[in-house]
Amino acid sequence: MASSDPIIRLKELTKIYQQGEIRVTALDGIDLDIAAGEFVALMGPSGSGKSTLLHIVAGIDRPTRGECWVGDIEVSRLNESQLAEWRNHTIGFIFQTFNLIPVLTAFENVELPLLLTGLAPRRRRELVQTALDIVGLSDRSRHLPRQMSGGQEQRVAIARAIVTDPPILVADEPTGNLDAHSAATVMETLQTLNGSAGKTIVMVTHDPRAASFGSRIIHLEKGELIRESATPPGGGTPA
Amino acid sequence: MTLPFSYNARNVVVRWRSSAATVLIIALVVAVCLILQAMAQGIVSSTSATGDPANVIIVRKGSTAESSSIVTRTQARRIQFLPQVQRDERGDPISSAEVVVLANLRRRGGAGEANVSLRGISPAGRALRPQVRLAEGRWFVPGKREVVVSRRLAPRFEGLGLNERFKSGAHSLAVVGIFDAVGTAFESEIWLDANEARSLFDREQFSSVIVRVPSPADQQAMKKSLESDKQLRLLALPEPEYYAKLTKSAGPIRFLGYFLAATLSVGAVFAAMNAMYAIVGRRTREVGTLRILGYPRRIIMLGFLMEGGLLALAGGALGCALAAPFNWVTTSTISFDSFSEIVFKFHITPWLIIQALAFSFAIGVAGSFLPALRVSRLPVIAAVKAV
Ligand SMILES: Nc1ncnc2c1ncn2[C@@H]1O[C@H](COP(=O)(O)OP(=O)(O)OP(=O)(O)O)[C@@H](O)[C@H]1O
Ligand SMILES: [Mg+2]
Repeated sequence: MASSDPIIRLKELTKIYQQGEIRVTALDGIDLDIAAGEFVALMGPSGSGKSTLLHIVAGIDRPTRGECWVGDIEVSRLNESQLAEWRNHTIGFIFQTFNLIPVLTAFENVELPLLLTGLAPRRRRELVQTALDIVGLSDRSRHLPRQMSGGQEQRVAIARAIVTDPPILVADEPTGNLDAHSAATVMETLQTLNGSAGKTIVMVTHDPRAASFGSRIIHLEKGELIRESATPPGGGTPA
Repeated sequence: MTLPFSYNARNVVVRWRSSAATVLIIALVVAVCLILQAMAQGIVSSTSATGDPANVIIVRKGSTAESSSIVTRTQARRIQFLPQVQRDERGDPISSAEVVVLANLRRRGGAGEANVSLRGISPAGRALRPQVRLAEGRWFVPGKREVVVSRRLAPRFEGLGLNERFKSGAHSLAVVGIFDAVGTAFESEIWLDANEARSLFDREQFSSVIVRVPSPADQQAMKKSLESDKQLRLLALPEPEYYAKLTKSAGPIRFLGYFLAATLSVGAVFAAMNAMYAIVGRRTREVGTLRILGYPRRIIMLGFLMEGGLLALAGGALGCALAAPFNWVTTSTISFDSFSEIVFKFHITPWLIIQALAFSFAIGVAGSFLPALRVSRLPVIAAVKAV
């Protein structure tokens, strides 16, 4: 799989935050290729630039220098409204804090990205049902976020991320707020999406167990790539 | 390409308590404005409900009220025998030559004095106004110093109760009956015999003549024959048309209503803005999430404008509810047509409610503009990282 064309290609990617006198180099010339179908785990100490990298790949932040290509699109060249539309069908974003809309039901939360597509309501309903089926929560579609456990909320968020069938899922510490059991369920869901649905996944995590689900682990430190390690075949089955 | 309506609507429903102060302010503003408009409407409703389309009223050209109009006895007789005037079963024309005078009466409870309209009517005057019904006592007897008083007026002035007496000038008049004239301008009147009124108040002439002319074609013919004679200087109008013009008093009240609406709405817009800044502040991260999902700025903006509008609409609805008890409450004011006391009821019409609701929605939208703009202009990354 790693031999196929990269779906994500970062060239000399640099992000510098300038706050008055202080310059923070969050990313320092990152070169990285990620092939379609890979499951990449990004690890590294706090402040090493993991989230920044993820945000740039997801088209919600812009690099100071360098290029970020996704497919044949250079993301940082898109304007604000092009980016919005591009994100809608290319990137599924999964947050550490789930970020479900509290006043909307699970179904409605999952439907949100579809409302921008112009699909007929019936088709939307089918897609939402399918997405909820995949994460195993079709029986919770009428529940509000506060009526669900953290693990369930995160799985609804995953359903929301995949409902437009984007090729790439981006997750920032998706298990960071979950207990071990819920974390395992979420990781298994992501693994299935990677394996049978062929989603390319880039996931930031502090948790080695979560990272072990990835097909490739990348370590960042002070904005630089320092090391890469492949996980053993069959990795991801928690010990 | 819109945010689901339910997103913003449900946020209003779920979180209105945190904006309760704003909702209340808008409610009060709407209630005050609505009450004033209902008052103006009440005057319009009561005068415009007075006229009967089968009646024609003849007054002197240029007079704004019957009390300042003069129709001579000769003119009155001539009008009475015009061919268009309907006749009763005995062959007499259905016509009433009337005298309207203002009497200065003392309010009950020592609250000063006010002018009240006394209407002297001819025998046919009652038949011409079937909407005026005797409720208590009896009708006055011509030739005696007796009057019948509107039920609304009776409790407001000294001596106007049934079997009481009141003084007008040197004369003492007995109240022998109480009449109902629901929702009409007659609710502000005291009725007595026309000739009695002329002698009591020393009037040689009449104020107006009311005749029954059911067919509009006849009304036109009559109007032509009276108004073409320049010597007469008379104006003949179908009653509804005449009373519709007697709504001058509604003008200043309506103006005050609009003036208050304009000034208070500034405050209400700021209140709405305050609430919306708090709301978008709390939901910045949510906006970031929506933006990440692909929602463009303008939809976020529209959503919050809508939400502010709905929040204020809730205030508007509450305001209407607060104003509702005033509906049909009787009040009085001085008429700017006759300068006499007029009694009427607040009248909240569906159209006034629609206006009040639209007004409140507009307040909300206006107040949401800057907060919505601010949160929708925020870079995605700043929005999603907000705490
Ligand atoms: N808006 C900003 N302004 C200034 N500095 C910033 C900003 N955002 C991030 N940084 C800095 O950039 C660096 C990288 O931040 P980033 O959020 O990518 O770290 P991270 O690896 O995700 O850390 P963590 O594991 O704690 O989430 C940090 O030093 C951070 O302080
Ligand atoms: Mg981070």
